[in-house]
Amino acid sequence: MNKSFYRLDWIIIALYIALVGYGLINIYSTNYNENSSLFNFGIPVGKQFLFFIVSILVAVIILITKAKVFERFASIFYLISILSLIGLFIFGKKISGATSWYAFGGVGLQPSEFVKVTTALAVSKILSEIQFNLKKIKSLFQIGFVIVLPMILIILQPDPGTALVFVGFFFVLFREGLNVIFLLTIIGLIFFFILALIAPIPFIITSIITLLISMYFFSKKLNKKTSLLPYLLVIFLSCGYVSSVDYIFNTVFEQRHRDRINIILGKELDTQGIGYNINQSKIAIGSGGWDGKGFLQGTQTKGDFVPQQHTDYIFSTIGEEWGFYGSSIVVVAFCFLIIRILYKTENLKNKFARTYGHSLAAILFLHFFINIGMSLGLVPTIGIPLPFISYGGSSLLAFSCLLFIFLNLDANRLNE
Amino acid sequence: MRKSLLAVLTLIIGVVFIARLLQLQVLSTSYQKLSDNNAILAISEYPERGFIYDRNGKLLVANQAAYDIMIIPENVIPFDTLAFCTLVNIPKKTLINNLKKARRFSKRLPSVVVNQISKETYARLQEQMWKYEGFFIQKKSLRDYQINFGANILGYVSEVNDNDIKKEEYYQPGELIGRQGIEKSYEKELRGEKGKRFLQKDRFNRIIGVYKNKSFDIDPKVAKDIQLTLDATLQEYGEFLMQNKRGGIVAIEPSSGEILALISTPSYNPNLLVGRDRTNNYRKLAQDTLAKPLFDRGLQALYPPGSPFKTLNALVALQEGVITPETKFKCNEGHYYARGAFMKCHCRKGSQNNLLKGIYNSCNTFFANTYKRIIEKHETPEKGLNQWNEHLKSFGLGNYLGYDLSIGKKGFIPNAAYYDQWYSKGGWKAATIISNAIGQGEVLTTPIQLANFTAAIANRGHYYTPHFLRSVSGDSIPRKFVRKNTSIDPKHFEVVIDGMHKVVEKGTARVARIKGIEVCGKTGTAENFTKINGVRTQLTDHSIFVAFAPKDDPKIAIAVFIENGYWGGRWAAPIASLMIEKYINGEIIRSWLEKRMADGNISSEYEKPYSGKPFKINE
Repeated sequence: MNKSFYRLDWIIIALYIALVGYGLINIYSTNYNENSSLFNFGIPVGKQFLFFIVSILVAVIILITKAKVFERFASIFYLISILSLIGLFIFGKKISGATSWYAFGGVGLQPSEFVKVTTALAVSKILSEIQFNLKKIKSLFQIGFVIVLPMILIILQPDPGTALVFVGFFFVLFREGLNVIFLLTIIGLIFFFILALIAPIPFIITSIITLLISMYFFSKKLNKKTSLLPYLLVIFLSCGYVSSVDYIFNTVFEQRHRDRINIILGKELDTQGIGYNINQSKIAIGSGGWDGKGFLQGTQTKGDFVPQQHTDYIFSTIGEEWGFYGSSIVVVAFCFLIIRILYKTENLKNKFARTYGHSLAAILFLHFFINIGMSLGLVPTIGIPLPFISYGGSSLLAFSCLLFIFLNLDANRLNE
Repeated sequence: MRKSLLAVLTLIIGVVFIARLLQLQVLSTSYQKLSDNNAILAISEYPERGFIYDRNGKLLVANQAAYDIMIIPENVIPFDTLAFCTLVNIPKKTLINNLKKARRFSKRLPSVVVNQISKETYARLQEQMWKYEGFFIQKKSLRDYQINFGANILGYVSEVNDNDIKKEEYYQPGELIGRQGIEKSYEKELRGEKGKRFLQKDRFNRIIGVYKNKSFDIDPKVAKDIQLTLDATLQEYGEFLMQNKRGGIVAIEPSSGEILALISTPSYNPNLLVGRDRTNNYRKLAQDTLAKPLFDRGLQALYPPGSPFKTLNALVALQEGVITPETKFKCNEGHYYARGAFMKCHCRKGSQNNLLKGIYNSCNTFFANTYKRIIEKHETPEKGLNQWNEHLKSFGLGNYLGYDLSIGKKGFIPNAAYYDQWYSKGGWKAATIISNAIGQGEVLTTPIQLANFTAAIANRGHYYTPHFLRSVSGDSIPRKFVRKNTSIDPKHFEVVIDGMHKVVEKGTARVARIKGIEVCGKTGTAENFTKINGVRTQLTDHSIFVAFAPKDDPKIAIAVFIENGYWGGRWAAPIASLMIEKYINGEIIRSWLEKRMADGNISSEYEKPYSGKPFKINE
């Protein structure tokens, strides 16, 4: 500790404690009854508090650990966590349709939460190796394998929502030099996917062809050497993709996924079945007004209208009871946290630490975007927690590890 | 760009989220309502409707409990419909229909499946309620009439309709409102003020407790009981005497304007308009366009007043100074009031009548001449007529009286403008409108107006606005019903009253004499016409009598009107006399008269115009 202790980013730590505390308040309210107390470990708020204390202990251990340890043992942590994912298929406990849990006595542990930490370490380790080069196909496959392996194992549980978070590593790779083609491809894929679902396909294809051909002639005027081939290739691929979206949507996706997407796109109006959660969440948040209904006063929250309100939909409690002020402060806090991490990261000379910081920011961003977006009815229902705030021991512990490892790396930035 | 991509994305998403929060929470207000509908159940609590008492404290209207069977469709599990139908005694088809309707209305909200089951059914059902998941019973309060008369005064309550809700925000669908009579006039007092309880619901629509510690709850305000000026005994007795006769009786206490009885026959039992059969019964009553049981003849029926009107003409003439009590007119079984126009009279040839005699002999000639003098007092008949009109209006004629029931008719007292319209200006004179002298012609009054001017005569020149309300929950009412003076000097009344006394003592209404009570009255017989197949046809005259008693300390003023009862002394006078006797003495000595009146049936008169056969009148 010694000197590096003083270099700890206390602002981030304060933000961390504030977010967890805010989470505790809202979990308390969501499951409020006359027995509610922080020290009643049989109920969500008590359990969360317990995990908070455990998280603090773990955080202290992380902070007194030498920074080098994380880099050196990254592969081992990764392997252990992958094994724990595989072990789920043998020893795991099935809870609401997914085998994502180990049960130790009364406490459940969700390895997929911790895999985020180890994958972040592993990705950072690989990217910081000297011979690694993102321009090489071999390197791409290597890093791709490290990221996709846990994703596949998690999808098999099945818990596609958590798996989706690993897409966040794309930002890390891009930051470290991944070809811009990948970014354009991904944006194109998502854009055309949504477009193909809301607009008639012949219309899209005609637009693509017209647009690209005119782009070709435009660039030809500027530069006589422009080749037609890449344009034709893009036209061919995008038209093929657009035409197959329907097929993908209807055969690869399951009905519930289709419904979730359709509801967000406004193609289906459903407030009872699959759209119930989103609708109730919107009502809860929308009824908050400027300053909310007050602590423990949320009628939607008390009436238990929003399912999974203390876990994935915790933001609706915040919106209802604390109103616009109380919920926008969460949005601001997350933006500030992510940007501060990114800012600190850019100042790190050590590539491992920098990549790790970026992974942390990317994972936080994905959770923030998907979770709050879902509560606000902007993103299809994907069940992942809001970091530090949602109820869930594994999630809180894993995010604490994720954050405090970064704080350790950051505090030791001069000890190279 | 690579370095800042994530940071920029974060900022963009942050701004989008805050904008969305602003839209959901601040700009759109619909979510607040949705949330309230979702999670808050507002239940109205109704105070028990106020009781109605008569002037002697006799309870007239109370409440009874009725029970509605309600369901919440999503909680209903399949049950033995046949057993249920036998239990509550409804056809299976109705039950299935109602269940369907309830489901269509809402799966989560309660609907009525069977309404207003009796106490007995309720008791039986309660033992078996456990068999019927999703069913529950809602208690409702219905009116319970302790009496089977007075329906026209009491009115009734029924569910509010869309109009009522539009008119007054207080009401919500399914609530009750006073529809007629006292129930309508004193709706606010009788209903009290409903309260509100707010309950918190969960997503299964289950109640999980009170909302915000009851801080939003409103306690219901207790309804008030009302005491009427009505004398239930007299009212009942009047309806008893009036059976099988159409007409109205209005009895007023002259010293206060309190209405003692308001009888309109045919009437109906107020209990018919309560409970499950209300709608059916109401339809039957409303569809009876011949007997018109819902038509309050005491307040709404317009008749020519006939001879009782002569007393008013006498008073006007005295006030205008065109006659004195000594003024005499000669009568030869009538007189020519204009060339070739003869008005008949009952007086013997060569009679010389002064005012007193004119009244108790009901001399047409005397009053025609008197009326002529009133009209001709001024240079033009217009001025004379309008003067006369003003005097009569001061007796409450030709306009609403301002009593506390919501129905009525203005009646009609013609003025110069009216005749100008008919005959063109200057085209008429006293002789043209001479029928007004004897209460025929264009003059129209309602029975309550007759009773009211009789009370004004009894009071020697003033009256109080007739009314039904005596006190509200024991508090006496503010003097809303004020004293009104007529335009006639009190000194002119004595001679007219003497005349009216003589009418009973030795005139046309000797049958109305009561031992020990000095009754003053005036009979009347009013010609009337109807249209049969478009032909104006005369029907048997109406029988009219106005009276007050005792002469020097009037306790009751009364007007009796019997449609097609022929002449005043035949039905109206005896009935009025019996009413007076009943009210003042409390018992009837002349049981022979009572029997004759109660048993009297003139239904045949009412059938004549509809029989399709030729008929005779006044037989």
